[in-house]
Amino acid sequence: MNARSAALLAGLAILLCVPYFTPPYLLHLLIQALIWAFIYTAWSMMGRFGFVSLGHGAFMGVGAYAPALLWNYYDVTPWAGIPLGVLLSALLAVVIGYPCFRFRVVGHYFALVTLALSQVVMLSVVAARDITGGSLGFTPRAVGHSWYALQFPEKSYFYVIALVLWLGGLAVWRWIDRGIGREALDAIAEDEEAASAIGIDVMREKLRVTVISAALTALGGAIYGQYFMYLNPETVSGISVSLQIVFAAIVGGMYDLFGPTAGALVTISLNEGLRVGFGTHFIGAANTIYGILLILCIIFMPRGIVGTLRKMHMPRAPTKAVPAE
Amino acid sequence: MDIYLLEAIINGILLGGVLALLALGLNLIFGVIDVVWIAYTDLVMCGMYVVYWLYVGFGWPLLLACAAAIAGVAALGVLVHVLIIAPILGSAPINQLLATGGLLFFLQSFATLLFGTDFRNLGIRLPIIELGEIYISTARLLAFSIALIGASALYFFLKSTFIGTAIRAIAQDRDIIGLMGVDQRRIYLVTSAIGGALAGLASCLLVLQYDVHPFIGNTFGPLIFMICVLGGLGDMIGGFVAAFIISQIISIVGYYSNTELAYVLAFAFFIALMFVRPRGIFVR
Repeated sequence: MNARSAALLAGLAILLCVPYFTPPYLLHLLIQALIWAFIYTAWSMMGRFGFVSLGHGAFMGVGAYAPALLWNYYDVTPWAGIPLGVLLSALLAVVIGYPCFRFRVVGHYFALVTLALSQVVMLSVVAARDITGGSLGFTPRAVGHSWYALQFPEKSYFYVIALVLWLGGLAVWRWIDRGIGREALDAIAEDEEAASAIGIDVMREKLRVTVISAALTALGGAIYGQYFMYLNPETVSGISVSLQIVFAAIVGGMYDLFGPTAGALVTISLNEGLRVGFGTHFIGAANTIYGILLILCIIFMPRGIVGTLRKMHMPRAPTKAVPAE
Repeated sequence: MDIYLLEAIINGILLGGVLALLALGLNLIFGVIDVVWIAYTDLVMCGMYVVYWLYVGFGWPLLLACAAAIAGVAALGVLVHVLIIAPILGSAPINQLLATGGLLFFLQSFATLLFGTDFRNLGIRLPIIELGEIYISTARLLAFSIALIGASALYFFLKSTFIGTAIRAIAQDRDIIGLMGVDQRRIYLVTSAIGGALAGLASCLLVLQYDVHPFIGNTFGPLIFMICVLGGLGDMIGGFVAAFIISQIISIVGYYSNTELAYVLAFAFFIALMFVRPRGIFVR
C-alpha cells in the first residue's frame, strides 16, 4: 500500500511539473484533454449504469453560459457565477430527471427526451441572440491576469486548474464506486423492477447520480468557457456536443475509472494528428475516421479501449453483462 | 381571422406532410427492428446531394435524379442494416442507437470532405400560388401531396401484400414470427429498404425547398425523433398525427415571434407531454 501511494505521489509530481518542460501548444492540448476527460468522466457516472443521456450538452451549455453572462452584464465574479450555473444545471437535471424516472422513461425514450433537452438549451441560446450573441458566439470580457475574474493568460494556471478538476472528477467516481449507492445502481441497471421490489429507492438513486453527473458537466463547461474565453452554442450545447461526449466516453470505456480519460486523449490526438497531417485540405477527414472508429468500437468492443485492455490482462476477471436498456 | 395567421397555419400543414413521411419511416424501422436510426435524417441529406449532383452536375432530368436518389437511399438503408445493425442485433438496443450515431458523424463529415460546407440549391423556382391574399409555395404543396401519396402507398403495401402483413406481424410479436414460416432476416432487409426509400422520397421533396449542406440532417433530426416519441415510438398513426401538431406549433409560434423560439416551445411542449403521456399521446 505504501509503494502504491508513493507511486501515486510521484505521478502527481510529474503531472504538476509538466508545464515547466512542455511547449505551449502541447500544454494547450493537455488542458483541453483534461477538461474534456472531466466532462466525459461525469457523463460516464450515469452512462455506466445504463442511463444513456444525450442531453449533457444542455448541462454543459448552462454551466458555460451562466457565469459568462453574469460576468459581462452584472460584473458577477465567476467564483459566484460558476456555482450558480452548476446549481441551475442540477436543477435542470431534477426537472428532467424526476418525471423521467417517475414514469419509467428508459432506454431509447430517455435518450431521445434528453436529446430534446440539449436542443432546447442550444436553440434558447440562439433565440436570445440579443443577449447571448446567438450563433456568432459570446466572448466573456477579458481583464488580463485576475483571480477575481478567473482569467489567466498564462496556460500553466489553467493546466493546474484543469488537473485539479480532473482529479476531483476521478475522486467523485471512486466515491460513488465505494458508496452503498453503487450496488443499488448496479441492481437498477440489471433490472429496475426487481431492484425496486427488494426495497431500493430507484428514484432517489437514479436522481442522485443524475444530479451529480449534470453538476460536474456544468462545472466542466464553466472551466471550458473560462479557458477558451469564447462560447458558441454549437460547441457547448446541442446535439453534436452531446453525441461527442457520449462517443468519447464509449470509445475510451465508460465502465473504467480511466476509460473516459483515455477517450479524451484518443479523440484529441486523433483530431490534432489528422489536422496537422492533412492540413486544411480535408476538412472533415478527422470526423470521418472518428465516425468509422465509433461504429467499429461499438460493434467489436462495446467496453471501450480501457475495458478491452483490462479484459485482455485479466482473462478470468468476472465479466459484467453489458447493461440492458 | 388574420390572413397571415391563416397562411402560417396552411404552411404548418404543408410542412407537417414531409415531417410525417419521415416519422413514418423511422417508426416503421423502430416498430419492426426495434432500432432507432439516429442518422435517419442524414440519409435524407445523402439523398439531397444525389439529386443535386445528378441534376446540376450531370444534367439528368429532375424526375430521373429523384428516382435515382430514392433507389440510392433505399440501398443505403439496406447497407446500414447489414453493416451496422445486424452484427449487434443481439446487444442492448441503446448500443444500436449509438452505432447509428457513429454513422451520423461519418456521413456528416464525409459529406463535408466531398462537398465542403457550402450551401447548394437546385436553382429551380417553382411558381407561387395566390389564393386571394394568401400565398402558397408550389414546392410545399407538391411536397405535401407527394408525402401523403407516399404514406398511403405504404399503408396499402402493409395492408394488402403478404410481406406487408408479415412486417405488421413482426412489429406485434417478434418471437412468434419464425414459427409462422417467415424469414425474419428478409423482413428486416425489406423494412430497412422501405425506410431508406421513404428517406429518399423525403430528400427529393426537401431539396426543392431547402439548400443542401452537410449538417442539414441536424435541422430535422431532433424534430423527427421528438415527433416519433410524441406519437409513441413505433406507432405509425400516432407519429403521423404528432407531425402535424408539432408543425402547427412551429409555424404559429414562428409567426408570432421567431423560428428558434418556435422550436424551443415545440421541444418544451414535447418534454412537458412526456410527463403526461410518456408512451405517446395515443397510448392509454
